[in-house]
Amino acid sequence: MVNTSVRLGNIELENPVIPASGTFAFGYEFADFYDINMLGAVVIKGLTRDERYGNPQPRIAECPGGMLNAIGLQNPGVEKVISEEIPKLRQCFQKPIIANVSGFSVDEYVECCEKLEQEPEVSMLEINISCPNVKHGGMSFGTDPGSASEVVRAVKRVTSKPVFIKLTPNITDITVMARACEDAGADGLTLINTLLGMRIDLNSRKPLLANKTGGYSGKGIFPVAVRMVYQVYESVKIPIIGVGGISSAEDVLEMMFAGASAVEIGAANLVSPYACRDLVRELPATMERYGIKELKSIIGEAHHG
Amino acid sequence: MRQDVFTIIDNRRVSPDTYVLTLSGNTSGFRSPGQFVNVSVPGFFLRRPFSVMTWDSEGFQIMYKNAGHGTDAMTGLKQGDSLDVLTGLGNGFDLDRSGKQPLLIAGGSGVSPIYCLAERLTGNGIIPTVVMGFASSENVVMEEELRAMGCRVVLTTEDGSSGIRGLVTDALAISEEYTFVYCCGPLPMMKAVSEKIFTDGQFSFEARMGCGFGACMGCSMMTARGTKRVCKDGPVFGLEDLVW
Repeated sequence: MVNTSVRLGNIELENPVIPASGTFAFGYEFADFYDINMLGAVVIKGLTRDERYGNPQPRIAECPGGMLNAIGLQNPGVEKVISEEIPKLRQCFQKPIIANVSGFSVDEYVECCEKLEQEPEVSMLEINISCPNVKHGGMSFGTDPGSASEVVRAVKRVTSKPVFIKLTPNITDITVMARACEDAGADGLTLINTLLGMRIDLNSRKPLLANKTGGYSGKGIFPVAVRMVYQVYESVKIPIIGVGGISSAEDVLEMMFAGASAVEIGAANLVSPYACRDLVRELPATMERYGIKELKSIIGEAHHG
Repeated sequence: MRQDVFTIIDNRRVSPDTYVLTLSGNTSGFRSPGQFVNVSVPGFFLRRPFSVMTWDSEGFQIMYKNAGHGTDAMTGLKQGDSLDVLTGLGNGFDLDRSGKQPLLIAGGSGVSPIYCLAERLTGNGIIPTVVMGFASSENVVMEEELRAMGCRVVLTTEDGSSGIRGLVTDALAISEEYTFVYCCGPLPMMKAVSEKIFTDGQFSFEARMGCGFGACMGCSMMTARGTKRVCKDGPVFGLEDLVW
């Protein structure tokens, strides 16, 4: 028997497989397909202070090895997420719930986190300072170390829950941002968010997405994510959740060798609603194949020796 | 919803740019006409959603237009090939609201779910009137099949090469008294229909989707009841929901 359990700060997970924000709705939709209690945890759809419709259509485009999305943080707002969506998820899910928070100002992040602090069903906060699909929000905090520190400090002041900061890959040196977040008191980091991309329609000769640009995710970005997790692991001491293009149990191991303590699965959920279930099922046999008994023990092993 | 592997029985061109794909496999996930399937096309990342045109206990058919890289690749699929398909997605038409004299309106590829609905209605002993519009006579599909089913068919083409010259809305005046409207076609057509009809109706929408089962919010649209997902809350919406 192998041991798949991992830790994120003070939270123990039965296994490292966590569906990523924005690819799993509010989770309960997937309970119709399989028992989602087999997952390590769930990150719910990114929330903001106010309700958001998101970007105009089209929001989705195919690209080699993945997809572009420009959803634009569609969500019902933090209050409805707490009063309606989290209770629905809790009815079918007894494992840790991670809330993903976006904002357009430091105050907005703080307001959301104050409200979530009062919600006992939320185990952890993932602060998104890296959404590429909204103007004047998200990513501008994620590309400037000073702004990122400010968000982290402000959020840490109002919450006792573990705070993970979700970082963008759309930056020259991600380790600068990682260190800034660690120094400001972040409990962990999630990386990477999507890579900024664009497709142009050959017939209309115009960008395919209404938002013009979108975030690239899927298998194609996996090596970029592995590289960044590897670099960040060498720069900080706080735990890392690795995300970006993971689509097999082998990918999970690779991401953990690079330095991830747990993983998030994103675009793969959209191709198959059973993607996370299949990963969890395949993980023990895959660990055995590579001679791994304790999953925890392999974190960052690619750096040793 | 189910995920199954289906075997291709036939992949046939029925007009210059339109094909009918026949697959065999487990159809226990299918519930009502207007629902859709999401097809994994070899070589592509995202699935492609298609309305179901017919289904029985052995298999199902979809109609698809060669309109992009994914559907272009589908034209090369051969008998005996396997396809991974999510079935039973979305909410279909509500047959209980048809009344005795329903009017079915289809534009272009929208004929696919309308055909499926006509099959179920005639199976229940209800003979619908079907108004169907195409660009030109060469694009007309499923007309004979609908007549053979017993439907009263009114055909329109934009260039007048078959049936009434003009759009489906030009033919609505000559249709008989009807009890309920079911509609599927391009957005401008459905909007024009919604403004011209005098009874309640249901409209089936098309959208560029990420997942097809409610996870990604890629296909959201604004309705009178707030933001809804075409894939999970639709693709069929009631007239009262539509804000265009």
